[in-house]
Amino acid sequence: MDTTLTLLLVLAPFVGFLSNIILGKKIAGNFSGYLATAMVLISFVITTIFFIQINNGGVAKVISLFKWISLSSFSIGMDFYLDQLSLLWLMFVTGIGFLIHMYSISYMHDDENKGKYFAYLNLFIFFMLVLVLGKNLLVMFIGWEGVGLCSYLLIGFWFKNQSFNNAAKKAFIMNRVGDLGFLVGIFILGYYFNTLDFVELSNIFKSGEGLAQVGILSIAALALFIAATGKSAQLPLYTWLPDAMAGPTPVSALIHAATMVTAGIFMITRLDFIYELTPQVSTLIAYVGGITALFAATIATVQNDIKKVLAYSTVSQLGLMFLALGLGAYQVAVFHVITHAFFKACLFLGSGSVIHAMGGEQDIRKMGGLKKYMKTTHFTFLLATLAISGFPPLSGFFSKDEILVAAFHQNKFLWILAALASILTAYYMFRLYFLTFHGKFRGTEHQQNHLHESPSLITFPLIVLAFLSAFGGIISLPGNSNWLHSYLVPVLNTPVEVHHLDLASYLLMAAAIVGALLGIGLAYSKYMTKKQVPVEDSQLSGFKLFVYNKYKVDELYETIIIKPISAFGTLGKNYIDPAISGTIFSLASLTNTIATQGRKLQNGNIAFYLFVFVFGICAILFYLFFTR
Amino acid sequence: MVEIIFYILSTITLGTAFLTLLSRNPIHSAIYLVICFFSLAGHYILLNAQFLAIVHIIVYSGAIMILMLFTIMLMNLNEQVEKHKPTLSIVAAVGAFCLLGLILLSALVRTQPMVETYYQTGDDFQSIKVLGQVLMNEYLVPFEFVSVLLLVAMIGAVLISKKEQLKTK
Amino acid sequence: MESVLQQIGIESYLYLSALLFCVGVFGLLLRKNAIVMFMSIEIMLNAVNLTLVAFSTLHQDAAGQVFVFFSMAVAAAEVAVGLAILVSIFRNVRSIDINELKNLKG
Repeated sequence: MDTTLTLLLVLAPFVGFLSNIILGKKIAGNFSGYLATAMVLISFVITTIFFIQINNGGVAKVISLFKWISLSSFSIGMDFYLDQLSLLWLMFVTGIGFLIHMYSISYMHDDENKGKYFAYLNLFIFFMLVLVLGKNLLVMFIGWEGVGLCSYLLIGFWFKNQSFNNAAKKAFIMNRVGDLGFLVGIFILGYYFNTLDFVELSNIFKSGEGLAQVGILSIAALALFIAATGKSAQLPLYTWLPDAMAGPTPVSALIHAATMVTAGIFMITRLDFIYELTPQVSTLIAYVGGITALFAATIATVQNDIKKVLAYSTVSQLGLMFLALGLGAYQVAVFHVITHAFFKACLFLGSGSVIHAMGGEQDIRKMGGLKKYMKTTHFTFLLATLAISGFPPLSGFFSKDEILVAAFHQNKFLWILAALASILTAYYMFRLYFLTFHGKFRGTEHQQNHLHESPSLITFPLIVLAFLSAFGGIISLPGNSNWLHSYLVPVLNTPVEVHHLDLASYLLMAAAIVGALLGIGLAYSKYMTKKQVPVEDSQLSGFKLFVYNKYKVDELYETIIIKPISAFGTLGKNYIDPAISGTIFSLASLTNTIATQGRKLQNGNIAFYLFVFVFGICAILFYLFFTR
Repeated sequence: MVEIIFYILSTITLGTAFLTLLSRNPIHSAIYLVICFFSLAGHYILLNAQFLAIVHIIVYSGAIMILMLFTIMLMNLNEQVEKHKPTLSIVAAVGAFCLLGLILLSALVRTQPMVETYYQTGDDFQSIKVLGQVLMNEYLVPFEFVSVLLLVAMIGAVLISKKEQLKTK
Repeated sequence: MESVLQQIGIESYLYLSALLFCVGVFGLLLRKNAIVMFMSIEIMLNAVNLTLVAFSTLHQDAAGQVFVFFSMAVAAAEVAVGLAILVSIFRNVRSIDINELKNLKG
């Protein structure tokens, strides 16, 4: 029964993918969208069933499909693991996935390739399910690669634009660099511990056997962290995420805010027993996370594309999550993942609604005063912005506060980084909000006539997500009766540090609120009272231009990595390739020469043929009579 | 006595054969070939195959060569002079001739016949009567086939050399 | 009366036929008039007939001479058809020089 349900859960989106690919354009109208949404709904319903079971004291289930690799000492099976962590993850993946599919039905309704779009979206959900449900690193890797592939397909969905294709390639290649780290990690773990299964590895380390090989373990942990950097867009492999905004907005919402980028955090949470044993790598993770958070936040403060601001915001928030992971506060990271998924998806979908209303315009300098035209979008956007800024009692406040508390107790420097990042987050998010929805409309007359509220298939997900970002904090309230912490106890090996609500906690909460208000106030004063509008690109100069150009990191990568590889490739093309093909062709031309000479035997001259006859007869007679 | 006849006949055979090939005028070649066939008939008589000799004269000299002569005259070849052949082909032909001759003759020299004495049973094995009996008894099927062959050849020859008729509209 | 072969010996006949055959080959390679080539082929065929008759006398067997019959029949048929073809070609190409009949060139 469980096996059937799990198979249905995992395969429903895959069936959706196959049908949409095979039936394709022949299915007119929105049927492809409804089919895809229905498949994800099936997955969501089954996930809910399992979730309720396990929440009421159930045990983790192992679904073994078949033995995949079976050597004498090493075997890997195609196993799925339905435990608390994976089911929790699946709940928001399938739930938000379902809402985004519904949103896409309306958003993509006049796109000619929407059958393909929904097929890819379903394929993505399928791979994400495989990733989350995998019981060993190899099955997770299948999902890992698969979501990278779907990300590439969906970013480059409007393939007629070459810059979108380049963005898709960039995303895929950077992911691949990370995947190399994943493979190294798999190899090391498989070789030294003879197993890639999470449960078995966890047992090995809990019983203390793995302690003898901490050095190797650190290398494996580092390699896996590099993979997480690639997938979750941290320094130094983060530059693909802002470029990935070339894809349709629901794609950005689903993949690059709520689900795929959280895969890195999921993987590290799964392997928490390894990171507990390698404190240097954990510290590295925390620092990388913190620095990324601040770095990306600074870039976001000067961006003018609505989606780019949200992209850098995602990088920054993911940095905060990695900070929490590095400090050992895994439940806090999971909590922030969930709340971030809610409000970031809401923000992206809201921005999609705005872009739709503006007829494709994404520059916030050309927007303004949309409040009176798009009431629902405005309200949901405001709620989500308040959530991300950490305004109480919305969900973002609780999750961010817990991260700050954990940082404060362990490493004050990281706490300063995180606090600064939070203040900047509040600032740039409200900058975005004010410039988009308040003030005077700065666009063209034609755009102003076109402004309208989006249809209900778009606003319904927005409302649901706004509701969740407002009240989602309830799953992990500070104090003793924290549902999330107690739910995750069977999974996470580290003991839960229960912070009692003492004076330090309250002070920190107050500090966080003050920081948020500071950021909001700065934005308000700059953009509402002084009514400043960001300047055109050509008028930027100096440091501001440097920050606007993303600290020129892309150009740096171009010079030190891409140019040498291209040079090597050109060398191959100009020298090695002609040499190899020349040798092959010379064989061909040799055959050709032989054939051309041989052709002269057939000259139609009968006397010549007869001469050869006689010669042949002489040879035969000679052989018969003289050599035997 | 017999040897002398044999040698004279052999000389005539080989000589006329050579002359056939070397004459410019095709009609001369045909005439020489007729003489060659006559000498061959003489050889057959020497070997006591009288019937075969007569048949040989009738078929070869009397039919085949006449046919060739008619064809030559039909194509008016006696007026033509053959163009000079390239030296290389003449040399090649001579070379091939010598090579083949060398090999054949040396092969024949090397292989001695197994019978030491030429037996003569005194039975009549090649008179017309015996020949007819052998032909009809043991070689009946090939005989019938040969008749079919000749029929086919007749039809073929007539068909091939028919002038194509233009279709009149 | 002694057999001819006892007086002359079979080898002489074999040498004669071999030589005659070579003369035929020589003519085939030397001349380029198709009719004369035909005549050379006839010479070759006759050389073979002579060999057959000689061996027939050697083995006192009539089979050799019967074979000569068939050989003659085949030669006659071949000449008839061959000359018909030649005549047909002559009508089209106006020449029977084999150097001009080169359409089978590779």
